[in-house]
Amino acid sequence: MAWDPEKDVVKVDRGPEPGGVGAIYRVFGETLRGLRTTFGRVAEGTYTVEYPEEKTPVYPRFRGRHKLHRFEDTGLEKCVGCSLCAAACPSKCIRVVAAENTPEHQVSAGERYAEVYEINMARCIFCGYCEVACPFDAITMGNDYELADYSRSDLIFTKEMLLADPPEHTPLRREGE
Amino acid sequence: MESTLVMIVKSIVIFAFILQIVPIILLAERKLLGRFQSRIGPNRVGPKGLLQPLADVFKLLSKEASAPATAVPWMMAIAPVISIVTAVATLAIIPFGPFDAWGGEFGLYGIDVPIALLYFFAFGSLGFYGLVLGGWASGSKYSFLGAMRAAAQLISYEVALGLSLLGVAMTAGSLSLVDIVEAQDGMWYVVPQFVGFCIFMVAGFAETARAPFDLPEGDAEIVGGYNTEYGGMRFGSFFMAEYIEVIVISAIAAACFLGGWHGPGPVALAPLWMFLKLMAGVFFFIWIRASLPRLRYDQLMSFGWKVLLPLATLNVLVTAFVLVAT
Repeated sequence: MAWDPEKDVVKVDRGPEPGGVGAIYRVFGETLRGLRTTFGRVAEGTYTVEYPEEKTPVYPRFRGRHKLHRFEDTGLEKCVGCSLCAAACPSKCIRVVAAENTPEHQVSAGERYAEVYEINMARCIFCGYCEVACPFDAITMGNDYELADYSRSDLIFTKEMLLADPPEHTPLRREGE
Repeated sequence: MESTLVMIVKSIVIFAFILQIVPIILLAERKLLGRFQSRIGPNRVGPKGLLQPLADVFKLLSKEASAPATAVPWMMAIAPVISIVTAVATLAIIPFGPFDAWGGEFGLYGIDVPIALLYFFAFGSLGFYGLVLGGWASGSKYSFLGAMRAAAQLISYEVALGLSLLGVAMTAGSLSLVDIVEAQDGMWYVVPQFVGFCIFMVAGFAETARAPFDLPEGDAEIVGGYNTEYGGMRFGSFFMAEYIEVIVISAIAAACFLGGWHGPGPVALAPLWMFLKLMAGVFFFIWIRASLPRLRYDQLMSFGWKVLLPLATLNVLVTAFVLVAT
């Protein structure tokens, strides 16, 4: 098959040549179009979300601050101190020290409980592997993202902080929104 | 004729008016620019951000007026003064009403000079000296580039600006702004002098060195242009002079083309109409700034010399023919 140079020609849409009488018309036309475009934005209104006052709702599967859970009926902690979350954590930000439950001091439903459970939020990358690794659904990712603080040591969240409800709830998007 | 006392009171009123109006325009510009870009604009300082200009001025006042080692300090100090003095001086000729609008022996303008338009051109050109001198005396390459641009822009536009108003002066048969406004009793000059109006607005944008002709500033390519090395209230003076010039150009456009103080209602409302037309001009300035990108340097020059100047000359010639023929 013979080479057809026509096929290789790329069609380029060039603008009109600059200058001439047409240019004056184009300049005015395009200027008016630009003015209309910007005025359209005024008519449209603003899109600003004034952040500290109003918060953008997050999606239900948004991975924010972790939560530790208790059984709702007995009030016992779900965490049994198995350290699987710490093992799964890619940034090594979870520290678990386990201790034995005794009949007088029953903290969790299993044989052992987490005496120390700390998450270093300065290192956490919010990947959610801890949630996946947990065999008892004791840790889940919450929806809160306002975690800034003034010092690194304040970013180490203890078990009590993770068990408690966050002081402010992040607005959540409804399903399909 | 007006007494000396009236003159002094009028000059104080004009000064007070301008010093009050500049922060309002500053805030209006920032708010409007926000709206034009689907934003809200400043709203943190005071209710609805109304105290934002005050905060800006306090910030500028608290800054140091530094100068590079290569600068010429005394020239650097007088450049903003030239800019602001020439800008304020032009305000004196803006007419807000006829001679006895509010009764009494005074007109609602600073002075009614018989050469008002020449006065306006003279001070407008002198204002550019502030830019050029400031840029040159800063002793920095960006400032120098900005100053060169200011000079080139000035000579490209000043002639077209003058010729665009010549048509008006010929039609009214006077250079006095009061006479020009009074001659527009029947019809605003924007109708017979439409081409002149367009040329005046375009050249006026160049005269105020605002977008899309803000080449002397050109923050994207030459940092801040002529005011790169300026800080504190010296920069503030340049800034304020720019806004006063916007007011002046809008006021001259309103007086020469949009019928000045003429409008429905009693003659006592004259200043209101003038003010509304002036503010419409300022709004147009802000609107254009939000819409159009800065021109390239050579585009600006060729536009000034090859389009505006011939067009303005043609406008003057046609106006002269029509005036002689009728």
